[in-house]
Amino acid sequence: RGGLLVPCCYGAASFCSVVIDCCVNVGILSYFILFCFQAECFPYPEISNEELEEINSFVAPVEKFFAEDVDSKRIDHEAKIPPETLNGLKELGLFGIQVPEEYGGLGLSNTMYARLGEIISLDGSIAVTLAAHQAIGLKGLLIAGSEEQKAKYLPKLASGEHVAAFCLTEPGSGSDAASIQTKASLSEDGKTYLLNGSKIWISNGGFADVMTVFARTEVVGEDGVKKDKISAFIVERAFGGVTSGKPEDKLGIRGSNTCEVSFDNCPVPVENVIGEVGGGFKVAMNILNSGRFSMGSAGAGMIKKLIEMTAEYAGSRRQFGKHLSEFGMIQEKFAVMAQNAFVMESMAYLTAGMMDRPGLSDCSLEAAMVKVFSSEGGWVCVSEALQVLGGLGYTKNYPYERYLRDCRILLIFEGTNEILRMYIALTGLQYAGKVKMKKGNVGVVSEMLGKRLGEMFGRSRDLGLTGTDGVVHPALAVRTQSIMDEQLILKRVADILINLYAMTAVLSRSSRSISIGLRNHDHEVLLANTFCTDAFFKNNYWMTQLQKNSLENQDENIKKIARQVLEKRSYICSHPLDRTF
Amino acid sequence: MSRVLVGVKRVIDYAVKVRVKPDHSGVVTDGVKHSMNPFCEIAVEEAVKLKEKKLFKEVVAVSCGPAQATETIRTALAMGCDRGIHVEVTGKDYESLGPLQVSKIFAALAKKEEASLVILGKQAIDDDCNQTGQMTAALLDWPQGTFASEVEIEGDKVKVVREIDGGLETIKINMPAVVTADLRLNTPRYATLPNIMKAKKKKIANMKPADLGVDIVSRLEVLRVDEPPTRLAGVKVETVDDLVAKLKESGTI
Repeated sequence: RGGLLVPCCYGAASFCSVVIDCCVNVGILSYFILFCFQAECFPYPEISNEELEEINSFVAPVEKFFAEDVDSKRIDHEAKIPPETLNGLKELGLFGIQVPEEYGGLGLSNTMYARLGEIISLDGSIAVTLAAHQAIGLKGLLIAGSEEQKAKYLPKLASGEHVAAFCLTEPGSGSDAASIQTKASLSEDGKTYLLNGSKIWISNGGFADVMTVFARTEVVGEDGVKKDKISAFIVERAFGGVTSGKPEDKLGIRGSNTCEVSFDNCPVPVENVIGEVGGGFKVAMNILNSGRFSMGSAGAGMIKKLIEMTAEYAGSRRQFGKHLSEFGMIQEKFAVMAQNAFVMESMAYLTAGMMDRPGLSDCSLEAAMVKVFSSEGGWVCVSEALQVLGGLGYTKNYPYERYLRDCRILLIFEGTNEILRMYIALTGLQYAGKVKMKKGNVGVVSEMLGKRLGEMFGRSRDLGLTGTDGVVHPALAVRTQSIMDEQLILKRVADILINLYAMTAVLSRSSRSISIGLRNHDHEVLLANTFCTDAFFKNNYWMTQLQKNSLENQDENIKKIARQVLEKRSYICSHPLDRTF
Repeated sequence: MSRVLVGVKRVIDYAVKVRVKPDHSGVVTDGVKHSMNPFCEIAVEEAVKLKEKKLFKEVVAVSCGPAQATETIRTALAMGCDRGIHVEVTGKDYESLGPLQVSKIFAALAKKEEASLVILGKQAIDDDCNQTGQMTAALLDWPQGTFASEVEIEGDKVKVVREIDGGLETIKINMPAVVTADLRLNTPRYATLPNIMKAKKKKIANMKPADLGVDIVSRLEVLRVDEPPTRLAGVKVETVDDLVAKLKESGTI
């Protein structure tokens, strides 16, 4: 497939050898064939000069505002964003970044949204408040709303006069979103739905005026059978029957309002259903998928800032007669931070660029990969940055502990990384094996994947399969019954795929940088090379673990340990000091 | 006769750590963050405020420099100016561009645009010259109100409260006049993103100094640029007698 050839066409000989080197080692070509990425990842997406000038002119006032008028320490301490700050954000136009101009917003593309996200992420509470409002709160209107709904609600949402929230999660339904129980029952005259139920962990829940709420509605299927399917509703607090609980006391993003929202016979007009009745789950997934990619640029923005702050310190603090920056273990941390920022940026803008391309349907897989990588990379980098400052980093006098607390949530919300890994692996396998995903087939496909990948590497692998391709060894079939077993396999598949996408993004970006001669492109090649080599080794290890009887695969033991611990709900070893005599 | 001319200069951002070029010919500007001179922001804010009070009909933002100067004009447009003029000066000419040449350009433009008021920042944070406003007024033979911390239009006169070493001085000058903005004149508004988008539709005219009949040859030559000497550590003394002794030693007293 063209994937490997295009970078060579750019003609930078030295880079070609790097790419070929990486690709041959990694077998990227084979992965491309196998994986079928949604769209071309080469060449790296570009925006027009006009758009670039525009985005740069936007960046300046936003950066200025965050540097001069945002007191993150105070926001964290008081667990509140001061009204003046919120007003400043509204006046800047940051509440309607992606709302079309005709409805009073800025109508910016995903790429531009990601660019602004780099600056907004400097304060976690503000970032989450804005994201809850526009990346998910009002997104339903943008992607599935009718013209009347858009015209009615978007203008005030874009200006910030009304704030939005996204209400899906319930006490009994978090990751398992399809199991929500909030009910919307149609009135006799068919004009109003009565909403009843409780939602939790709702960002902006305490003061949102307009909420996208998901509830079960009775739908008559094609076969005449009545089913309770999920529908999406636009609910105004003004409709009545809406109460908000007290704000949760959180570890991080303390300035972001998070609370319970309850609906007690809240009347919702039928015109306020978003999309089709019964089609709400799809709407929910589309909304969540569309906002995920920006975590990459947000994380990158934060790490870039951390690198600056931490490097200042490492370059001035002296111990043992040397600057900290001269010590290897400290240098390694900066290398890790730089690579992570580089990868996150590359992935985020590659994904955003693909999403902005007309005619491209769905980048939810890529966005999920960006989210998993960026949340975990961000967590590691903040921790390392804090470590450089040692004791100082641990105090509230420095912002590191706040950044650490703020970014812990990234691995949890917008789809936990565990769920997203399942999604990534299953979707990826679906493409690879062209097998319809049903329970139990996961084992088959993963084995096929392992075998095909093994073939690509030019090594044969004993996968324990007997019979012809596609016929599953009975032992294998039995083995794949337990969900946990499948998850450990899927986790590795997901991690491999995430690394592949990361490598693709990084190679695509740096090949463009070389070909157009961007400043410091040789540094980019260095980062790309280092990251890819490391990722290659990790992928190799995981691939080896995927082999059924490989020594590296400890899944049986892991399963056993977990079972024994969970049975007793505690650590079960005798105390080391115990005696039997 | 109801037009205000505002000068805006693109300078290295105030937060950037400035570094001298290895050849000591100047400072590093390549790849360095630039923004509008803070005193020019104050000047723009004042001009826009006067227009909002309906004392003037139009505010024109002017900048002299290479292509990137249009970014600075765009910011001024986003803050509320009506149109812009970009006087293109590039390369060696730009490196040697100083207050004398810029004031000649502004004088020519003030006459051409029939401006009643020219507002500039009191000085630029890159060269700290504090000359352009004064020279412009002199070339036009117009009165000047410099270091303004308050500006009020009274009929065809301008009342300016000036920040001077001894305190505050209030003067009343006839229009047309030149005013230069000091720190406490106002707090500049943010260029909001919606306004930046609206500003895209505003016009920026492009011209060269020659079009205005201005000769921009510099009479100055920069010989060398150096960093300020590194500050040496001080010495702690225990008593006043010690202090006096040390001061006598160093020849200060």
